[in-house]
Amino acid sequence: MSIRERLSGNEAAATAMKQINPDVVAAFPITPSTEIPQYFSTFVSNGTVDTEFVAVESEHSAMSACIGAEAAGGRAMTATSANGLSLMWEMIYIASSLRLPIVMSLVNRAVSGPLNIHNDHSDAMGVRDSGWIMLFSENNQEAYDNLLMAHRIAENSKVRLPLMVCQDGFITSHSIENIELEEDETVKKFVGTYKPEHYLLNDKEPIAMGPLDLQAYLFEHKAQQAEAMRNAKKVILEVAEEFEKVTGRKYSFFEEYKMEDAELVIVCMNSTAGTAKFTADKLRNEGIKAGVLKLRVFRPFPAEEIAKALSKAKAIAILDKADGLNAVGGPLFTDVTSAMYVNNVKVPTVNYIYGIGGRDTKSDDIEKVYNDLQEIAKSGNIDNPYRYLGLRRE
Amino acid sequence: MAYNLKEVVANKPARFTSGHRMCAGCGAPVVGRMILRALKNEDHAVICNATGCMEVSTFIYPYTSWTDSFIHTAFECAGATLSGVEAAYKAMKRQDKLSGTTTKFIAFGGDGGTYDIGIQSLSGAMERGHDMVYVCYDNGAYMNTGIQRSSATPKFADTTTSPAGKVIPGKMQSRKDLTQIMVAHHLPYVAQTIAINNFKDLYEKSEKAIYTEGPCFLNVLAPCPRGWGYATEDLMKINKLAVETCYWPLYEVIEGRYVVNYKPAKKLPVEEFLKPQKRFKHMFQPGNEWMIEEFQKEVDNRWEELLKLEEATKDIAVNE
Repeated sequence: MSIRERLSGNEAAATAMKQINPDVVAAFPITPSTEIPQYFSTFVSNGTVDTEFVAVESEHSAMSACIGAEAAGGRAMTATSANGLSLMWEMIYIASSLRLPIVMSLVNRAVSGPLNIHNDHSDAMGVRDSGWIMLFSENNQEAYDNLLMAHRIAENSKVRLPLMVCQDGFITSHSIENIELEEDETVKKFVGTYKPEHYLLNDKEPIAMGPLDLQAYLFEHKAQQAEAMRNAKKVILEVAEEFEKVTGRKYSFFEEYKMEDAELVIVCMNSTAGTAKFTADKLRNEGIKAGVLKLRVFRPFPAEEIAKALSKAKAIAILDKADGLNAVGGPLFTDVTSAMYVNNVKVPTVNYIYGIGGRDTKSDDIEKVYNDLQEIAKSGNIDNPYRYLGLRRE
Repeated sequence: MAYNLKEVVANKPARFTSGHRMCAGCGAPVVGRMILRALKNEDHAVICNATGCMEVSTFIYPYTSWTDSFIHTAFECAGATLSGVEAAYKAMKRQDKLSGTTTKFIAFGGDGGTYDIGIQSLSGAMERGHDMVYVCYDNGAYMNTGIQRSSATPKFADTTTSPAGKVIPGKMQSRKDLTQIMVAHHLPYVAQTIAINNFKDLYEKSEKAIYTEGPCFLNVLAPCPRGWGYATEDLMKINKLAVETCYWPLYEVIEGRYVVNYKPAKKLPVEEFLKPQKRFKHMFQPGNEWMIEEFQKEVDNRWEELLKLEEATKDIAVNE
């Protein structure tokens, strides 16, 4: 039986962590994810969990300690945002190359500089090709559900990769919503126990990890990592299917909202999807065939599936909450358009950079995008595919 | 039982094996092997190595010199990485997820990974009280990347980033005293040691550090033939001179009480230590006598300070 609750996104993440009951949590406070280790250390202080909480002196050490703990044979979790993730960057790559299924809550926030504490996706985009599985969450429910599925995906013997669950800083992390929680026992049974094949604390079989890996082997090891990421696609769907059986909540690579006959499509991630769906509904009432493709699984990138889902559209807008700073467009735009090209999907597509540094994105803004798409669908003309939404020009 | 090198070598396996690729005449592998011999045979160990000479020469895929479990992640985070391993050990023991075997935790880092880039991670690990020993094998420069100065490099030393030139005669700053910084963490056991006299001092301090509960720190001087410029066969001679000149005093701080383990009856002039090393060659050119004098003064001051600390803390009760 699910339990009806009212929780913020951070509370939802901390609750999932409590139910997962990992062996080690190592974290360092940073807005807007600070509450997660705060709530979690209360669980530790009250003996609600069996976890060893390591109150490290930096995010670099948080990820280092998670690597040590996971390599030791335990389950390790952490939470961070923005510059915290930037400081971890070196260890983020080491975690995935050591094939350690560490799970992180990333509460998305703009990376400095200048300093800004509000939401965009520049933190996540900075590590998008670091070998971590990346799941995005529209709301508190999804942040919770994605965490419950995380270990099953990450620890799968065909995958063995770290995983981060993203949600929007403040917009969902600090907003209280109704949520359905699962019983502790249900979660425990679903997540299962971690049984690593090789680990440091197995005194019967000592193991050395993290070698100097030169020309003779590194290439093969990196190719294995890439293969694991490809394998993750199937595992993500299998876990989602099992999760649906237990909870009734359905997940896939992405959510297709009113896409069956959609002509004008917005592609986006995290909380903006809610605003986009609301706007699509409004336009549908006016007879406009609007749809939303909300991407949940950003890494591995479901290129073929996305291209197929977009193939019948007449105009597409890809919304990026992180600029590319590359004179081409945002990272989601370049990924999606390259997926379309490779899969022979030719639909006029534009990019909007939006919401940078926590700039509000309202339904009016989204409506403007659909209006632009209507023009594009009609004329087929795109004078500039690299656009901004909500940017003051004066 | 009194220490006996023959018995230690006969009864304690070399848990750090031969076949590694460290240089002939390097102090580090000698130190590493001896420290691990201080482990009880029945105990398992997890070793964590910061990036550096020792790591890149002992674990080149697919070969390893380490018979215990071993992890290397990066340069600046041996303290934090091992914190995670030790935390997992505590949590998993508590939940009966592990065998009954005792596991000990030992980190190795050079002076680059310890005095400099890794000092934050080390300080954090020690402050949090993880049950581990952090060993710094101090060779006084970034030797792995080709002899660049570190904060452990002694004053006037010629390194590739503090070259002895026409205007600037080598490194112009004094050496950081990391052992004292670690003492300031109020750890249960901190010691400074070196491989001399049948390794007695090194072995006994290692044993104490490994089997004292809580965070312990060993600073071990480990000469580098390439960086210091001595003949490979002179390693043990250099070690001896470092101690006899009081450049590297042997002492331990047990729960705050300083014990100076060796006081030379006749302290040798520091020149004796400097002379066999090419990195100090320029100090012996005519007109540079002031450099040797200044160096001597610093050694004397630090030695006097240490003796005062021993005197000042002699009444601290210690549970040994």
